[in-house]
Amino acid sequence: MDQKLLREREARCVQENPPGCTAGCPIHVDVRGMVAAILKGDYEAGVTLFEKMVPFPGIISRVCDQPCQKACKRKEIDDPISINALEKICVDSKHTPKPVVGLPEKNKKVAVVGAGLSGLTCAFDLARKGYKVVVFEASGVLGGSIRDITESKLPREIIEKDFAVFDQLPVEFEFNVVIESQGSSSRSFIGLRESFDAVYLGIGCKEQNALDLRVALDGNIAIDPVTLATSHPKVFAGGRLRRGCEERAPVTSIADGRSAAISIDRLMQNASLTANREKEGPFVSTLFTNTKGIERENKVPIIDLANGYSKEEAEAEAKRCLLCECRECVKACEYLAHYGSYPKRYVREVYNNLSIVMGIHHANKMINTCNLCGLCEQVCPGNLNMGEICREARQMMVERGKMPPSAHDFALRDMRFSTGDNFALSRHQAGFTASNVAFYPGCQHAASSPEQVKKMYQFLCDKLDGGVALMLGCCGAPANWAGQEALFQETLQKFEQEWRKLGSPKVITSCPTCFSMFQQNLPELQVEMLWTLLDRIGLPDKATTSTFARRKFAVHDSCTTRYEAALHKSVRNILGKLGYEIEELPRSRENTVCCGYGGLMIYTNKDVAHKVINRRIKESDTDYLAYCAMCRDNFASQGKRAFYLLDLLFGDEKKTGDEKDVPGYSQRQENRARLKRSLLREVWGETVQEPETEVKVIIPDRVRQIMEDRMILVDDVIKVIAHAEATGNKLKDSESNRYIAYFRPVSVTYWVEYSSQEDGFLVHNAYCHRIEILE
Amino acid sequence: MGKQAIQQQKIVCVKCGIYLTPGKVTLSYMGSTFPVELYKCAQCGLVYIPEDLARGKMQQVEESLEDK
Ligand code: SF4
Ligand code: SF4
Ligand code: SF4
Ligand SMILES: [Zn+2]
Repeated sequence: MDQKLLREREARCVQENPPGCTAGCPIHVDVRGMVAAILKGDYEAGVTLFEKMVPFPGIISRVCDQPCQKACKRKEIDDPISINALEKICVDSKHTPKPVVGLPEKNKKVAVVGAGLSGLTCAFDLARKGYKVVVFEASGVLGGSIRDITESKLPREIIEKDFAVFDQLPVEFEFNVVIESQGSSSRSFIGLRESFDAVYLGIGCKEQNALDLRVALDGNIAIDPVTLATSHPKVFAGGRLRRGCEERAPVTSIADGRSAAISIDRLMQNASLTANREKEGPFVSTLFTNTKGIERENKVPIIDLANGYSKEEAEAEAKRCLLCECRECVKACEYLAHYGSYPKRYVREVYNNLSIVMGIHHANKMINTCNLCGLCEQVCPGNLNMGEICREARQMMVERGKMPPSAHDFALRDMRFSTGDNFALSRHQAGFTASNVAFYPGCQHAASSPEQVKKMYQFLCDKLDGGVALMLGCCGAPANWAGQEALFQETLQKFEQEWRKLGSPKVITSCPTCFSMFQQNLPELQVEMLWTLLDRIGLPDKATTSTFARRKFAVHDSCTTRYEAALHKSVRNILGKLGYEIEELPRSRENTVCCGYGGLMIYTNKDVAHKVINRRIKESDTDYLAYCAMCRDNFASQGKRAFYLLDLLFGDEKKTGDEKDVPGYSQRQENRARLKRSLLREVWGETVQEPETEVKVIIPDRVRQIMEDRMILVDDVIKVIAHAEATGNKLKDSESNRYIAYFRPVSVTYWVEYSSQEDGFLVHNAYCHRIEILE
Repeated sequence: MGKQAIQQQKIVCVKCGIYLTPGKVTLSYMGSTFPVELYKCAQCGLVYIPEDLARGKMQQVEESLEDK
């Protein structure tokens, strides 16, 4: 990911874009922050946010024309938030003007003509930057047209309090001075241009011709809408002079004064007047905020017109604010929520993590935890896919030798088991020399429900013409998820070769992950899910006489096939044919969530994986139905009664749907190996020896669970004991009389505590580490 | 003396028939090596790493080296 791609990706996440109100406010008051402060009862924090943007908070909190409301999200539901009334209560409850600190004085002078809101804002902003400012006002008071507002709406002491700020700034006022449009005296327009470095005209709706500035078609002075520049390089103009006098728009006048001050400051520094000013005035924010499910609730009326909201009323109104933000993906994905932030930040963390040469890679774990399920892309208004980013990052980590070896080692070894001789198989149907289709159950289906693989293969052979081949193996998904691109390609190619040897038959798979891997990576291979096929050709006879009681299932769709609408439909059709009632989970079909297995999360971050599973299984009390064996096992492992569709089809009464039928890691491998041996014997009539284990071990359930948690296989334990017994290299606890031995087959050192019994070795404990003992 | 050390004093090397005693052992991971003191057989060099150490301190070291 280079800088450009980083930016492009960051930009897709709109979470940090301002809410509509702030974007629509010409001076960008942080309304959401202010409302949040009110909700906490912290009016001081509220007023601080307000004052940060507003030069005359007392005045504006009473008379703002609220252009922000037009862009308030709440307006889409009912009434916009009464933003100005909330500003008023903040100012009224807590406002004590803070001392203004300006920058050191500069030796540049600016003339401001007109002491209305725009002129005063311009003067205020420039004076704070250290410019000497002289304000020329035709009347004897500050404020211009705000003085026309009734005393009851805008008490005069509020005005005086706001303008007292000028006592602290290097601003001079010349009252009762009318700047002449003719002549060249020091009180003339031409005179000002000569004796000041810049001039701001904020003269309201006065006569404006004869100022010798270029005029636009409508007869008004031509003013650049962004920079407020006029035809004279030193002169800027804004406020009602620019907008006309029909409507009162005090906050827009303030924004004009501010823009003019920015232009003048840039002019003084010889900087570009036009660069980066797109978001200076009001703009339309692209922040997305989901309003689904929000009930109508009209605004809290202002009953006491003179004083505005009481605190109770203000709080009630504040509660209506949606505190707009996106976080759609964070709401949908437990993993994103777990890390406490949102993708805009995560993308940068990933980028930084990849850029570190020396130092700690803090984001490794985060990168390796994502399920790569693509739900974020589905729900994101900018279609940002964190899964794609994490997978790509893993690939780069592998390439650079920066992938923590412990992350995927176990899963990849399990994959090698499935692609190796113990499991991999590729045969034409017995008695056939060609194949029309090939059944590919995938490594996890075979590991979970080996009996059903046999039954389904038999069924397909009976039902389909032209020969049904059987292929056992692994599609390479673990390598793909681990970022091991080379290993993934190698695995795929091996599969492809076998498939071509069979004559490139159409592949029927029961595993959604195999399906998506093939579909995305082997364009020449035609692949179909078993479920759409069964929906088409009919179910096994036994299915309709299933011994499962007629009942309701909540369907869990697999995340790797979230966009396979036909598959979703077929699964539901099959359930319907079997007579079951179907419940749709809140997140289903293209919005489905991962079962916790995707991306190898279950191996890299078991805690988060368990959170993912637990969140999913709490979506409904109904028993779940999954059409991926792995999904089913994950739910059942956390105590949810869940069934695998194939188990329903064959009415396997042994399956209880709970954790008792979830095989552990060792059992999964054993199931695969046994499946292959029994198929070879039963289907192809071959003689296959049962493998002999070097030593016989007895492992109590408690120890089995420990091994499962620590990802230690029975086979690893056997290796340790066999090694110790063969070499005599073992220790003994002289008190308990148990042996202790260690052995390092490849990259992990396994320790086993055991004792010998007549019928084998009793295992008491097992643990492991990756650090190597060099002696 | 800590509980762990007392426990380790009871460990015997079966082959050599002697109690393990503290000795220097070199551990290595991800290209880093570090000398440590562990109970080992003074004769054949067989080492003992108790469960607490393997799953505690050693795992922390593994994790921090992996993130380097
Ligand atoms: S869905 Fe997530 S990634 Fe997309 S804009 Fe919203 S917070 Fe950002
Ligand atoms: S609902 Fe609240 S945060 Fe959203 S636009 Fe309206 S005032 Fe702003
Ligand atoms: S787990 Fe899925 S939804 Fe969450 S970030 Fe990863 S790919 Fe996106
Ligand atoms: Zn010894």
